[in-house]
Parts: sequence; structure tokens; C-alpha cells
Amino acid sequence: MTSAFQPRPEMLRLQDLHAFYGESHILHGIDLRVMRGECVTLLGRNGAGRSTTLKAILGLVGRRTGSVMVNGKEVIGEPTHRMAQHGIGYVPEERAIFASLSAEENLLLPPQVSSGGLSVDEIYAMFPNLHERRASPGSKLSGGEQQMLAMARVLRTGARLLLLDEITEGLAPVIVRKLGEVIVELKSRGFTIVMVEQNFRFAAPLADRHYVLEHGEIIATIPAEELPGRMAWLHQTLGV
Amino acid sequence: MEIFGVPSALFGSQLLIGLINGSFYAILSLGLAIIFGLLNIINFAHGAQYMMGAFVAWIALTRFGINYWAALLLSPLLIGLLGVVLERTMLRKLYKLDHLYGLLLTFGLALIFEGLFRDQYGISGQSYDVPELLQGGINLGFMFLPIYRAWVVVAALTVCFGTWFMIEKTKLGAYLRAGTENPQIVQALGINVPLLITFTYGYGVALAAFAGVLAAPIYQVSPMMGSNLIIVVFAVVVIGGMGSIMGSIVTGLGLGLIEGLTRVFYPEASAVVVFVIMVIVLLVRPAGLFGRTA
Repeated sequence: MTSAFQPRPEMLRLQDLHAFYGESHILHGIDLRVMRGECVTLLGRNGAGRSTTLKAILGLVGRRTGSVMVNGKEVIGEPTHRMAQHGIGYVPEERAIFASLSAEENLLLPPQVSSGGLSVDEIYAMFPNLHERRASPGSKLSGGEQQMLAMARVLRTGARLLLLDEITEGLAPVIVRKLGEVIVELKSRGFTIVMVEQNFRFAAPLADRHYVLEHGEIIATIPAEELPGRMAWLHQTLGV
Repeated sequence: MEIFGVPSALFGSQLLIGLINGSFYAILSLGLAIIFGLLNIINFAHGAQYMMGAFVAWIALTRFGINYWAALLLSPLLIGLLGVVLERTMLRKLYKLDHLYGLLLTFGLALIFEGLFRDQYGISGQSYDVPELLQGGINLGFMFLPIYRAWVVVAALTVCFGTWFMIEKTKLGAYLRAGTENPQIVQALGINVPLLITFTYGYGVALAAFAGVLAAPIYQVSPMMGSNLIIVVFAVVVIGGMGSIMGSIVTGLGLGLIEGLTRVFYPEASAVVVFVIMVIVLLVRPAGLFGRTA
């Protein structure tokens, strides 16, 4: 029950989350909490375990232990295809637009998991380029169009918790700016967002909190308001 | 009347045989292509499943009096169900391993199935009568067209193009195409890929069984009927391109016709022409005529 002292219910909680690829132990006990409507980032150098954290939430790693609670429900024992039903929308680093499907087939591919997703018209209003390119094969879309499509694909399903992996990687500044506007709009619509971002300048003004990872562990949690005072340490740690 | 110096009746009948063989190549290689696309398994048991399809029809008729039309539905259902059981209990354990393991397992299964049927029914073939409705033929003037053979071509092509339509134009087909490209992401998007894989294997196997029932009245129903055919079908799949749907249909039909024409003009080469083409295609375009290069 929501009380006056806990206005936002918890959307995602990871407790002592470990992940393994074969013999390799990648995550060493991740603990974090994300409240409904919050936007948090996972920061760290390459190989720190940021993308693996998102994959471990979805069960896309070889093996995982610990606890993954979504909307108060333990989901770690469930298969990957059930995660979407818990309202998780995943935008992978490689975008994973299917080349043999048209842009619109890609958009309509994931099943709707609940009401409240954006309608196709709303999506086309948000990303006008996709409307123009809706009949094009996925393989013919530009990097920016593919990224927008990967975002749009999960917004239609009714997912409320978005896991976004490096969505700005390799994109032109104008597209990055557009994606920033989209994140702001999604926040205003109450979406909960967990972002893995290399582009700190993109993520900093959007996030409520930053988790810094190193060697598969969270080494610091920085609320947005403390960010200015921690910039020097962050630059040193992230090497940016 | 002569065509290129060959009597038209001979030319026409060889072309028809080529078309019929091509229909079988198309439907069998289509099943293999669908299975390989999503499961990454080279289903060596396909020939045995085709043989079992024919045997189910023959047993249904001789033991239970179930006619051809019912067998055309029943046999793919039963053999497809057997495929589902195989996928759930055996193949599923091999997906993370190299393709070779799936090939070896299905090759072993093919030998077991053929051995069981050989033990039970011997190697001499059993005959299966053409259904009454499809007996007789039509004189086209330049050749005699047996109705059953025309039916085989029509039925096989209908099923092939129906399957192509399902894969290219429906939501289920979109799941299949996407799953073929990146099954992990398709799962993360909320689609039950393990169930999709089971369905795909079952459907591919059911296609083989359907071909088996179509073949029963034409060829002898024998435990070895599948192994004789499957090597040519694998060559067809290699020529068309592994995993290509339209590629397997077009290549299957085309190679059947080429085989038929070779039988007219240079009969000595008719048994090897498909393999000669396979070698040339592998050298010139290793991904196959319709396959995508990695």
C-alpha cells in the first residue's frame, strides 16, 4: 500500500544479483532500487557489467542468482519471454532490428502486454521518420531510424519499465537530441527508465540517480542533486 | 510431333516426371529450410519422417480402412506430433552445441526409424492404390496426363506456397523470421521462442509426412524410400541456400525439371546432374542461389 512517506511504489529491485557466462563470473552482487517514474543510469567503463546487469534482469545471461523483483514480484526463476509480461521493455545495444521484416512489422512484432502503451499514431507522431519509412526493410534503415524503431517497438506494448542499453551510441548529435526529448516525454508520462549510457552529457540532465559500476559491483550511488560535487571523482573513475 | 528432335510424348512425360520429382524436392527442402532457419539443425531424419508419413497412410488403409483423404490429414498430424516429442525430449538439449551434433542425432534417429520399419515390413515395397477420385488420366493430345500425378503437383505447390504465405505475410511468420535472425531478442520482446521452435519442428516434420502420403500411390511404400530421396533433397537445399524459403521451393521445382530434361537429352547424366549443379553453386556462390552471404 502506498503511504504518505512512500509516494512512489518500487518498480525494480535487484538484490545480490550475480551473473555468469559459462565459467566467467561477471556480476558480483548488484543491489539497486528504482521507484516508479524514476530514470536512473548505470555508469562505468567498458566491461564494468552495465549491459550485463540489464541482460541479467531479463535472463539473457548464462546463469544468474540473487533476486530480481519487478513491481514487487520475484521474477528471477521465470523464462526470458515472460519478462515482457511484467512490463519490461528492452532496447538492446545492437538495436536488433530484424532485417527480414519491414519497419512496421518490426514495430508491431512484440505482443501487447497491457493497455496503456502508445498507439501506432502516437508513435508515428513521436518519430515522424518511422512513418515515412514504415514499408522499408529493417536492413535499409539508417542507424538513427533503427534506434528510434527499437525504442518505438517497446513503447507500443504497454511496457512501463524501460531498459535502454547505449541508445545514443554512434548516432549524430541531432538524433541524440531527439532521443533526449523522447526520454523527457517518457518520464513525464510516468515511464520508469534504467539507462546504460556512455554519453554522460546525454544522461546527466535526464537521470534522477546514477549508479557507478566497476568489476561487476556498484561502487557508488549518486543522486542527481549531488552530481555537481562528484564530477571530478566521476571523471577520474570513468576516464571521461 | 517432335520437340527438339524428341517425340513430344516422351518429352512431355519426362517433363511431368521432373515436375513431380521437383514438387517432392520442393516440399521436403522447404521443411528442411524452415527447421534449419529457426533451430539451426540439419534434420537428417527428414527422409525417415517422409517414409513414416507414407507408412502411416498405408497402415491406416490396410489395418483400419482409413482412406487416402483422411490419411492426408492424419499422417502429418501424427508424424508432426512425433516431431514435437523428439524436439522436446532430445533436440532441445543440443541447441547450444555445434550444428554437427544435431545432424548426428537426427542421422541416428533416421537409422533407428528405418531399421524398425525394415524389421517389421522388410525392404520390398508395399503398394498403395490411387484413390478412386484421382484414377485415370487425360489425353492432352501430345501426351497422356495421369490425374493423380497432376494432383500431386497441385497439392504440393499449394502447400508450399501456403507455407510461404504463412511465413512472409502473417504475424506468426514474422515471429518465425525474427526468431531466425535473433531468437534471444525475440524472447526478450515477450515471444515464447521455445514454443515457436517446437511448433516449427513439428510443422517441418508434418510437411515431410504430407509428402510421404502424396508419394505413397506413386512410389512403393518402403522403409528405404526416404533415404533414397533425402540425399538429392539436401543437394537442393544447398543449391537454394540454407534457410531460404522461396529458394527451396523454386530450386526444388527447377532441379526436378532439369533432372527430367537431362533424362530426355542425356539420360546417363540424369542421376548426377543435381550434384554437378551443387558443386558448381558451392564453388561460385557458397551461400546458395537464394541464400544470404554472412
